[in-house]
Amino acid sequence: MTSHAYNFGFLDEYAKKEVRRAILKAIAIPGYQVPYASREMPMGRGFGTGGLQLTLALIGPDEIVKVIDQGSDDSVNAVNLRQFIEMTCPGVSTTTCTAECTLLQTRHRIPELPLTAEQIIVLQVPYPDPLVVVESSENKRKTMHGEADYSRLLVKLYEDIVKYDEITISHRYPTRINGHYVIDPSPIPRWDVAKLNNSAALLLFGAGREKKIYAVPPHTRAEPLVFSDVPFRVEDFRDEAGQRRVCARCGCANSFLDEFVGDAGNKTYQCSDSDWCDEQLQRAEQVQGVAA
Amino acid sequence: MNKILEVRNLGKIYGPGCPQCIDSTGPEADTNLCPHCDSLVAMHGVSFDLFEGEILGIMGESGSGKSTVVNTLYSEQAPSAGEAIFYDPVSAAEGGKSGKQHELFALNAAQQRWLRNHRFGMVYQNPQRGLNFNITAGGNIAERLLMSDLMDYGAIRERAKSLLARTEVLLSRVDDLPKNFSGGMQQRVQIAKALATRPPLLFLDEVTTGLDLSVQARILDLILEIQQELKTSMIVVTHDLGVIRLLTGRAIVMKYGRVIEAGLTDQILEDPQHAYTQRLVASAL
Amino acid sequence: MAKPVLQVDGYGKYFQLHEQNKLIPSSHNVSFSVHAGELTALVGPTGAGKSSVLKGIYRSYLPTGGRILYRDAQGHELDICLASDHQILELRRREIGFVTQFLHCLPRQSTLDVVAHPLFMNGVAREEARQRAAELLAEMNLPERLWSVSPATFSGGERQRVNLARGFIARPRLLLLDEPTASLDPETAECVIRLIERLKTEGTAMLAIFHHPETTRRLADRVIVLTPPPAVEELLKEML
Repeated sequence: MTSHAYNFGFLDEYAKKEVRRAILKAIAIPGYQVPYASREMPMGRGFGTGGLQLTLALIGPDEIVKVIDQGSDDSVNAVNLRQFIEMTCPGVSTTTCTAECTLLQTRHRIPELPLTAEQIIVLQVPYPDPLVVVESSENKRKTMHGEADYSRLLVKLYEDIVKYDEITISHRYPTRINGHYVIDPSPIPRWDVAKLNNSAALLLFGAGREKKIYAVPPHTRAEPLVFSDVPFRVEDFRDEAGQRRVCARCGCANSFLDEFVGDAGNKTYQCSDSDWCDEQLQRAEQVQGVAA
Repeated sequence: MNKILEVRNLGKIYGPGCPQCIDSTGPEADTNLCPHCDSLVAMHGVSFDLFEGEILGIMGESGSGKSTVVNTLYSEQAPSAGEAIFYDPVSAAEGGKSGKQHELFALNAAQQRWLRNHRFGMVYQNPQRGLNFNITAGGNIAERLLMSDLMDYGAIRERAKSLLARTEVLLSRVDDLPKNFSGGMQQRVQIAKALATRPPLLFLDEVTTGLDLSVQARILDLILEIQQELKTSMIVVTHDLGVIRLLTGRAIVMKYGRVIEAGLTDQILEDPQHAYTQRLVASAL
Repeated sequence: MAKPVLQVDGYGKYFQLHEQNKLIPSSHNVSFSVHAGELTALVGPTGAGKSSVLKGIYRSYLPTGGRILYRDAQGHELDICLASDHQILELRRREIGFVTQFLHCLPRQSTLDVVAHPLFMNGVAREEARQRAAELLAEMNLPERLWSVSPATFSGGERQRVNLARGFIARPRLLLLDEPTASLDPETAECVIRLIERLKTEGTAMLAIFHHPETTRRLADRVIVLTPPPAVEELLKEML
């Protein structure tokens, strides 16, 4: 198989146009789940086909693309998608550097480095509808979205506080966009939910299996559902002594950390965002070099 | 006394309907099924007024259309004919002069939902319809409060507890699932939920049917006490003359979708006019 | 002389029993009037329709003939036979009281609240209403220890005193009394009689049926003698 046997960006132009129309509608109605004709991709549904179709519909010859999975450029899913893009989009360059990219496809994380107005971030979404946990009928869910009726989601939060004294949702935290629609922001940690609010970059969400596209346009309000007297809380990285844990590799004390359990059962913590971690390390070395 | 609800010529036909439907059904025809087109005339030409602080009874056996009346007023289904005007006493109290009027069947779904959440309450015969059995008793009440835009966890929790206390549900059970409650207790939770937003209008659909007599009596007491405390206007749907006698000041009697008699409750029970009502009252004695 | 509070003019009540295809007369062509500060007593044998008249005026029965003109506090005249249900409810709430031999009340309500209830309904503050209920119950010799419990468990005489107190408390302009002293011991009956006398001096118009002729003699300013209505056949002949 040779790459030029396919159209640029794998999808035919009609498919791309259809996706772009859906994107425009999604931007026009922030948080609204726009249905689209998700195409068959040469990989299984659930491997990021929704995000990939968005990326392929948006990509231009001058694009600089970055693909991450759980913050890492090197995990299997990210590598495969990057290779697929390189193969089907001749001339497009790829990078691992967050600051450099113009289009960023990600699974489960938003980079630590604040994104800019020149960048678009595409998130892969397994379950687009936050109401699916409280209402099984899609018809009723549509009505509930239309009327901004999210009381039953809030009841879930109420029951969480009753049972555990706090809201235990660790990822996919329901977030209200522009004061109306509540979205499932994909399985990003609560740490990243705050980054949706008033973002300079356009955020696009694609669910391939569920055939839905939605968006958080630049500088749009994104508010996690909360009670007025129980504020939203991001992950707490303090140790037993109350000290903020730092990345074992780069020493960063204000990033989202992954926990690694060593052979001896000892726990170490490291930046989840690999590019961020490299940058911090490099900077530290430079500082050291200057000092030396 | 101020009017809170005005219902005129309410009708509901299930099926295609035909020009002969109305003439071919009703108490005289002794059926609610149209013989020409097989449509079900669930109710036709139902009119009544409800005043603030009043309890109106709708009496009849199953198939009389009595539940259809409250279901359409509570916007659970749309009527085929008629109109209903709700005179909002809360907006009247807040706004000073004349209160807001709502033509119930001309409202869109969101407006109807707003009224359901803020101004109306419904208690069903089957608690599974009024309660979510998979969330706690407190959560059920919280849901209704959240629907009416109360967003303070502490306040919601306090209000849920005080409502359950008022309806005599043990506070130790506030975080239990209603599916583990007795039938009477489930009804109490349902009443607490319906009352959560202090609605000026409450619909009660056969709320004591199927409960033990002693449990029934206590629920009816509770409803009357609440009515006296909050001056809630209520429409009570029942086939039970005892419930009508105890709760209501006025009543309408329905048969095959039509109102065959309306009047003061004591008059209907002591001096029923229609043959059907006479039979009903005589058989209850 | 001042216009009567109530003027009954040719009142008739016939029950039409559809099942048995029967017409049963209970009152026929009854006329009388009731004045403020006076007690009109209805007398007559069983079956004369004494209770039927009271129930027709209270509209527990739908009158089938005649007029029942009631003059309200503002001087407006209303035919009770033609009044709407809500007009009747309003009259019952503000002006017309009915004391029967039966007490209907919430099983768990305190006696004090049962008696004060008509005042609650008229917007009197809870504490003031209870205060007035307490005064009335004291006057009627109901032991204070019973005030906080429900009348559901009371003896017949105790219940009847609660019933009367509730009927009297809102000072209706027209009070209908159906054998109010029937189940009372002589001492309590005397209390009730004195209370009725006081209501008269305060201007209440009363229409009453008494069990004992002696009570009628003592309290009645006018006595209306009722006879059982003629049989249906007679009535039909009369009509033809």
